Amino acid sequence: MANIQEKIAKLFPEASFEEADTLTITIPDAKWHDLAKTLRDDAELAFDYLVTIVGMDWKDSLGCIYYLDSTKHNTHIAVKVIATGDRETPYIHSISDLYAIGCIYEREVYDFFGIIFIGNPDMRRLFLSIDWKGFPLRKDYDMDPNINPVPLESERQSDFTQMYVEDADGKIVKEEKRVFVENDFVVNIGPQHPATHGVLRFRTAVDGETIKKIDVYMGYIHRGVEKICEMDTYFQTLHFMDRLDYFSAHPYHHCLCMCIEKAANIEVPRRAQVIRVIMDELSRIASHCLFIGTFCMDLGATTMLFYTLRVREQILDIMDKTCGARMTFNYETIGGVIADLDPDFVKDVKALLEVLPKNIKEYNKLFTGNVITRNRMEGVGVLSREDAISWAITGPSGRGSGWACDIRKTAPYAVYDEVEFDEVVRTEGDSMARFKVRMDEMEQSARIIAQLIDKIPEGDIQAKVPKVLRLPEGRWYQTVEGCRGAFGIYIESDGGTSPYRLKIAPPCLPLAAVVDHLTEGSKIADLITIGGSLDYIVPDMDR
Amino acid sequence: MEVTTKSMPYDAWKDNEYIEKLVKELQDSGTNVIIGSLDHLINWGRSNSIWPLTFATSCCGIEFVSLGAARFDMARFGWEVARASPRQADFIMVAGTIVHRMAPVLRRLYDQLAEPKYVIACGGCAISGGPFRKSYHVAMGIEDIIPVDVFVPGCPPRPEAMIYGIMQLSRKIKVEKFFGGVNRQEKQEEFLKSHPIEGIDDAK
Repeated sequence: MANIQEKIAKLFPEASFEEADTLTITIPDAKWHDLAKTLRDDAELAFDYLVTIVGMDWKDSLGCIYYLDSTKHNTHIAVKVIATGDRETPYIHSISDLYAIGCIYEREVYDFFGIIFIGNPDMRRLFLSIDWKGFPLRKDYDMDPNINPVPLESERQSDFTQMYVEDADGKIVKEEKRVFVENDFVVNIGPQHPATHGVLRFRTAVDGETIKKIDVYMGYIHRGVEKICEMDTYFQTLHFMDRLDYFSAHPYHHCLCMCIEKAANIEVPRRAQVIRVIMDELSRIASHCLFIGTFCMDLGATTMLFYTLRVREQILDIMDKTCGARMTFNYETIGGVIADLDPDFVKDVKALLEVLPKNIKEYNKLFTGNVITRNRMEGVGVLSREDAISWAITGPSGRGSGWACDIRKTAPYAVYDEVEFDEVVRTEGDSMARFKVRMDEMEQSARIIAQLIDKIPEGDIQAKVPKVLRLPEGRWYQTVEGCRGAFGIYIESDGGTSPYRLKIAPPCLPLAAVVDHLTEGSKIADLITIGGSLDYIVPDMDR
Repeated sequence: MEVTTKSMPYDAWKDNEYIEKLVKELQDSGTNVIIGSLDHLINWGRSNSIWPLTFATSCCGIEFVSLGAARFDMARFGWEVARASPRQADFIMVAGTIVHRMAPVLRRLYDQLAEPKYVIACGGCAISGGPFRKSYHVAMGIEDIIPVDVFVPGCPPRPEAMIYGIMQLSRKIKVEKFFGGVNRQEKQEEFLKSHPIEGIDDAK
């Protein structure tokens, strides 16, 4: 860390440093693009993965905090940029030319905070409609429902997007651009469509059967979780994690709890740590089961859904007995878990571990080797390793492209460093690879559970946590490996009982953003395969 | 008249008051024997083959998938034919949160359903906004957007609750009157008033 700081201080004398949770560099907006280029291209730094952009409103100023990771050196860094200009038109230079995912992240910040990114080719709103008044995550946003009533007329659509560029005199000029080429034939897929896995909409420009460009249209399930969290106490924010990616309820809870525990210096009892890991892995198996089922159903193999849901139901029963719910568990809490394990837990999990290998064998026999399957999946939607990093595709989809990005290995948390398991990585990068990675991950998850199930230590399930929890001033960032990729939580506290800002960095937003890149030039039928194999969850990307 | 379905004993149902009210309304209006028997036959057919629209926005939708799978198996009741097109479906199970951007889409889907059409609001979000009541982008219940026949509470409701909800709907269909039912949430005149056609005056 120290030599990174020295190196950057030499190149950018105007940068200031702050050693917090992560090394944070503060840089003026004018130098930001140069710094980003250095951070990415310098071989010693090689920060090639843009984790997230956190938009911020500090009341007197607006700005962004960029979290960057180096996949080569496994180092993390945060960069704080304060927007120039007044509150009406704050602007920051875009880095969407350096990181492919930057474009969509910047659109999200623009949507929530109204910060304009100079040089971003597509500066539209992302989740809210073009007629929306105000920027909801600003602290002075007026929540009065009369200002933005529930619309009953169809939303106004535009074929144009804006781009802001700096002219020779340094003035900001707005340019109008078409989203599609003029006279393109645009087919609308979604939001009500069985193959989009929820309410996602693709505006697809086609040339016959071939896809030319896809404009991903999100926000059909944008619920404003980040804003509600700012109004709630820390304990009240927990249950929203169940409702983002409802398959990764346990890992997401784990992430938020760890972030708060890190900030409040709470030591979690070992029994709770082990229970958390077992629950995370059980939900990973359940999640991958449903993925296989729905994915095969999209490709025409409806029966697979019934086979995979059999195992999922068995896992849900185990969870039901301990957590008291089938889907929205709200089980992991700050300082541990909310209730002790059911007396039958160990017995039930062992029964599951016994039937799981047989089931996986059956899935492979029924589906994986099938000629139709192979024809439809092999070589379809190939994503290279470089693109996966640039598009921030983590999780099983990223590992299918040869990027070893498993947080459980790169930054182990809880008891993951004590268990033995292999990180499943494949190099083909096509839909088949993404499918097979998930298939193999189920076996690895079972392996982790098998190692822990007999060694659940006795003891407390929850640490002593004050009823009214206040976090000290500061900011923290925590990631875990969710079922679909790296999930991050950013908390900034002003010392109060509720977070000043709680940012959720979901893995599914990049997964949806990359669809355009992957489908270019392929057939419409391949869109279903590619979308299915990426396995995005729409409430997770929309929040 | 004891209205029940799938051989479930009448006393096992909860909230029988509403169905008794509907039965009374039906009896008070008076029907002749032939039309009454025809009604009975049509309602028997309709109530046993209500087809849902595949419509899921969030968590509740996954429980709806579970409902379709082998364990809860809604095929036992004749609801398994989930249609992807609203023109072929009988009812929408609004499974999940409805937000501002989705509201006009839901309204359009409802308008596209063929008569007779029914709506089940499934889960806290569809009923009242649920855990997202404080949000700036969530519709506080779908009743402001479309009329609702049955509410199924829960977050998400268990598949058993969904089965019970759809059975209640099929009970409501059983006391429907041919040519304009007693239990239609939205009366035809009201619908025409809110959807005026140019050049036609519905008041006449």
